[in-house]
Amino acid sequence: MLSIKNLHASVEDKQILKGLDLEIKPGEVHAIMGPNGAGKSTMGYVLSGREGYSVEEGSVTLDGTDLLELEAEERARAGLFLAFQYPVEIPGVSNLEFLKAAVDAQREARGEEAVSSKDFLKMAREACKQVHLPAEFLKRGVNEGFSGGEKKRNEIMQMLLLQPKLCILDESDSGLDIDALQVVAEGVNSQRSPDRSFVVVTHYQRLLDYIKPDYVHVLSEGKIVKSGDASLAQELEDQGYAWLKEQRAADAEQSA
Amino acid sequence: MTEQIDKALQREYEAGFVSDIESDTFEPGLNEDIIRRISSMKQEPEWMLEWRLKAFRNWLEMEEPDWAHVDYPKIDFQAISYYSAPKSMKDKPKSLDEVDPELLKTYEKLGIPLHEQMMLAGVAVDAVFDSVSVVTTFREKLEEAGVIFMPISEAVHKHPELVQKYLGSVVPQKDNYYAALNCAVFTDGSFVYIPKGTKCPMELSTYFRINEQNTGQFERTLIIADEGSYVSYLEGCTAPQRDENQLHAAVVELVAMDDAEIKYSTVQNWYPGDEEGRGGIYNFVTKRGLCHTNAKISWTQVETGSAVTWKYPSCVLKGDNSVGEFYSVALTRGCQQADTGTKMIHLGKNTRSTIISKGISAGRSNNSYRGLVRMNSSAKGARNFTQCDSLLIGDQCGAHTFPYVESRNPSAIVEHEATTSKVSDDQMFLCQQRGLDPEKAVSMIVNGFCKEVFKELPMEFAVEAGKLLEISLEGSVG
Ligand SMILES: Nc1ncnc2c1ncn2[C@@H]1O[C@H](COP(=O)(O)OP(=O)(O)OP(=O)(O)O)[C@@H](O)[C@H]1O
Ligand SMILES: [Mg+2]
Repeated sequence: MLSIKNLHASVEDKQILKGLDLEIKPGEVHAIMGPNGAGKSTMGYVLSGREGYSVEEGSVTLDGTDLLELEAEERARAGLFLAFQYPVEIPGVSNLEFLKAAVDAQREARGEEAVSSKDFLKMAREACKQVHLPAEFLKRGVNEGFSGGEKKRNEIMQMLLLQPKLCILDESDSGLDIDALQVVAEGVNSQRSPDRSFVVVTHYQRLLDYIKPDYVHVLSEGKIVKSGDASLAQELEDQGYAWLKEQRAADAEQSA
Repeated sequence: MTEQIDKALQREYEAGFVSDIESDTFEPGLNEDIIRRISSMKQEPEWMLEWRLKAFRNWLEMEEPDWAHVDYPKIDFQAISYYSAPKSMKDKPKSLDEVDPELLKTYEKLGIPLHEQMMLAGVAVDAVFDSVSVVTTFREKLEEAGVIFMPISEAVHKHPELVQKYLGSVVPQKDNYYAALNCAVFTDGSFVYIPKGTKCPMELSTYFRINEQNTGQFERTLIIADEGSYVSYLEGCTAPQRDENQLHAAVVELVAMDDAEIKYSTVQNWYPGDEEGRGGIYNFVTKRGLCHTNAKISWTQVETGSAVTWKYPSCVLKGDNSVGEFYSVALTRGCQQADTGTKMIHLGKNTRSTIISKGISAGRSNNSYRGLVRMNSSAKGARNFTQCDSLLIGDQCGAHTFPYVESRNPSAIVEHEATTSKVSDDQMFLCQQRGLDPEKAVSMIVNGFCKEVFKELPMEFAVEAGKLLEISLEGSVG
């Protein structure tokens, strides 16, 4: 599904990703953990083609397509979805209007016909229900005045409607109350399927209790420094990242 | 990013074509003789000519205003032609079948078919081409309701008592430099009278088209809504793409008698000039409405065209409990300059006014809001609410607000809110990440920003205005 090889990327002339490797097969859930400032969000932006991020080295393919060649909107249409760590507001543009435009644009790119407004409204209402957002949220401006938790649920709602192939969830659990955490996790779990993969960026084991990852990776200083199964998350939760640093310092000494 | 949006903003001016129509056009120049000739072309009565000449003499004594935040070379008023009419209009076609098909084609191309069966149901149109009205549709149907909707040049003959009584009653001849000029040389425009207690059975609209080169357009509109009546009126405007600047100096006067309501909407899309600021229309317009007791006047404008816009649709709230509203979207891009806003003059008790202004600036353009709220000493309990929002696209444009408040009554309340925001990279990226291309993203964000104003437009035109913004913002993105 997704193959990242030796990815080096920078923003504002600052090197952030320094040789990132990651292989994700269809149907897999990969959790990415790592200290603040490690480059997790940057990874999401680079993969989804955000303006201002430049790739110096490496390759990224999604189902064999060279992602780095594509514009951001083309990557989205190819099935890549990013749930934002900090969802932004678009005042005056209703959630419904925004989502309909997004779904239509993606369908058009696939050569499918636009959904009728009536059918779309039904789908959108259903998606709202799934993430426990009242249907009124469809009428409100995109994220306009939403609480932190509502914004996060709104991101998942968008994912449900867009039905992407690869979902990158950047801290979709932060700022959520316990019930909302479960709602978000259920939203994700409902979408798990043999041909859909997830990259779940999180700081907490808690989310991974609900969304069971196949792999857990630690991203630190721009690359994956450790990978393991779900138990690695527990280990990190118990010990923090300090031991990682020590280990790396020791490694460095050895190779010197 | 900025570059991307800028490209997205580049547009073709779709109304920029020239119609091949033979016209009778005056040689350039402005003097009493020219005014006499305009008057005689229109076979005007003596009082009308006298009124024009008086205005002209006033104008000669006046100075061109320079307080607006706009910059343009001095206008040579002697280099402008003050009258131009299609030759075919000389014999005053009696019906649509007699109108030059080339003229009809022009309007069709602009999306305004003038054959009644093809038109938007429920909208009557007065089509003004350069200095004359070509046709006014649905007149019989309106007459049945007692509504008068005709070119003002015709109203001068058919309803002299109304014209004489109200012309210049809201915007006095000497009000300002361009208004005075308009009084002297105005050529055509619409006249509307809604009788007592009548709700006008359809939307009325006037579509102004400048075609001829080096001519000015000086239109004059007068709308009188008698006691307890209601009318919704819309004007639209376009012009060909030319390298020279052209002057458009209109005057619009509205009179809302007791308990009457006038809703006046404008979709202004005059040629804005090219990327470098060559050509485009100078749009110097005076619009004012007078509200009697319990009356309401609502101005809604979507201004996307013109090289320079100087325009302040205003309300004089004379009667107690009268209401004035101003909803505005002004989009400037390229080298366009707009200085626009409103004046709300509160004279009566418990008068209320609302001002919502949305300025969008892109490219190297300059967009200013200028608004005056005056609470006279008689305006006991009057209220105003003003909200002024500016949206910046890119970092080479300017947005300015000049709010003036004069309150002479301690019981009057004036509230003012202002915001400035940018189309942010974050917003653009969110849209693109969901699969929208940058053009769609910008137009959606801008449309969202304008929502409060668009919802004030009559249904048929809200869609038009949204599309117009989309056209204004569309273009190739590399
Ligand atoms: N536009 C930018 N200009 C300069 N530095 C940046 C920019 N964007 C990100 N960075 C830096 O890149 C590093 C990685 O940031 P990133 O947001 O990817 O971290 P993260 O792993 O998501 O952290 P967190 O867990 O706090 O969300 C940080 O040191 C950040 O300050
Ligand atoms: Mg982050």
